[in-house]
Amino acid sequence: MELIESPLQDLKKEVSTGTTIIAVQYQDGVIIGADSRTSSGSYAVNRVTDKLTPVHDYIYCLRSGSAADTQIIASYVSYYLNMFSIEEGCLPTVKKAAHMFREFCYQNKQYLLASIIVAGWDEENGGCVYNVPLGGSIIKQPFAIGGSGSSYLYGYCDIHFKENMTEEEAISFVSKGITEAIARDGSSGGICRIATINKDGVKRRTIYGNELQKFWEK
Amino acid sequence: MSGIGTGYDLYPTTFSPDGRIFQVEYAHKAVENSSTAIGLCCKDGVVFGIEKIILSKMLVEGTNRRVFSVGEHIGIATAGLTADGRRIVQNARQEAKNYENFTSDIIPIHVLTERLSIYVQVFTLYNYIRPFGCSLMIGSYDEEKGPSLYCIEPDSVALGFYGCAIGKGKQEAKTEISKLKLSEMTCKDAVKEIAKILMKTVHDETKEKEMELEMSWICKETKGKHKLVPKKLIEEAVEWVKGQENEED
Repeated sequence: MELIESPLQDLKKEVSTGTTIIAVQYQDGVIIGADSRTSSGSYAVNRVTDKLTPVHDYIYCLRSGSAADTQIIASYVSYYLNMFSIEEGCLPTVKKAAHMFREFCYQNKQYLLASIIVAGWDEENGGCVYNVPLGGSIIKQPFAIGGSGSSYLYGYCDIHFKENMTEEEAISFVSKGITEAIARDGSSGGICRIATINKDGVKRRTIYGNELQKFWEK
Repeated sequence: MSGIGTGYDLYPTTFSPDGRIFQVEYAHKAVENSSTAIGLCCKDGVVFGIEKIILSKMLVEGTNRRVFSVGEHIGIATAGLTADGRRIVQNARQEAKNYENFTSDIIPIHVLTERLSIYVQVFTLYNYIRPFGCSLMIGSYDEEKGPSLYCIEPDSVALGFYGCAIGKGKQEAKTEISKLKLSEMTCKDAVKEIAKILMKTVHDETKEKEMELEMSWICKETKGKHKLVPKKLIEEAVEWVKGQENEED
């Protein structure tokens, strides 16, 4: 172990999605949002990352932790979900996707650093949000937050979350949350990516840095 | 002894000049030597009935089972080499368990059937493993989708049926089944009808030893779980069949 850390040590650190991710159920489905910074130590490897990863037509996952680990897990789940839905002849439920994520994360927990939120819409259950944190547990929640920036949002979410919000209210809830986390968390930054998932499909939008709301700041 | 396929029938890896694989056809013959099994799709479930020849008075009733559960919601009835049937059921149980562990949903019957028929097909490809000498009927009942019944033969063909029979007396049984109005029949009625077909049409009392009825069902009453038909119901069905016989005389 070197006594003096050279600047190059930073670049050797694993690429992580030090991040902020939020998913919330609203009356017609789910709204998901994330920041866009991927960092390697203090270097922003990608400032326009897309952390909203589709695994099936109506099911997305939000990735935090190691970028490599979460990408590979998402692509495995996407593969199996597609195979199963063709075999069964119907769209998969969000529950099925979430349990597959859990299976990968739990069975390989020694090797992985992955904390994933699975959110989407299916016909049986409407909008669903599942949280699959580090150890590979699974829990269904009306809203879920994750990533390093989420620490700053627990209070905000507890106070401002309501059941059965309209689309606008839910988008405002998510975008304000991401904005606040970006302001406070060094590993989160860039733009705010949002997607709405309901029976009509997926609608994506982006809120650029200069359009993000400004909260208290000197 | 020179038979039908002499020369082309040693291995499943050889086609005959007219495009047949004789080893697979001989596997069908093994099924045809076994006693009959019937499966019926009624309006509220699926019922299986098997004609079990009692080989010896020393055998305990209910032993030598030919109907098996896969998961809680699927039943499989076999005809042919029972040991081969048990092997396939073991594979089916593995598939169902793995599916459930991975996806947290119970395996849909058509997915299980597809996977089993792929499994059975593998054994028709090589010269060092023989094809399975058994046919399987796979049944399940779902509140939304209703009853489902599939039959897999040794050549791995899997077809969906409303009513199906496999084994020695399948021809006569199929004729009787086609006379039944299955969409209007309840499972309790089906138990009686199957008992009648197995005891009267298929089983020849003069030629063969005594028979035992093994019946199981997956229906609304069992809440979609595969269970053996209660002994009382089977006894009532047997009484009813004997009563019918007296009426006809």
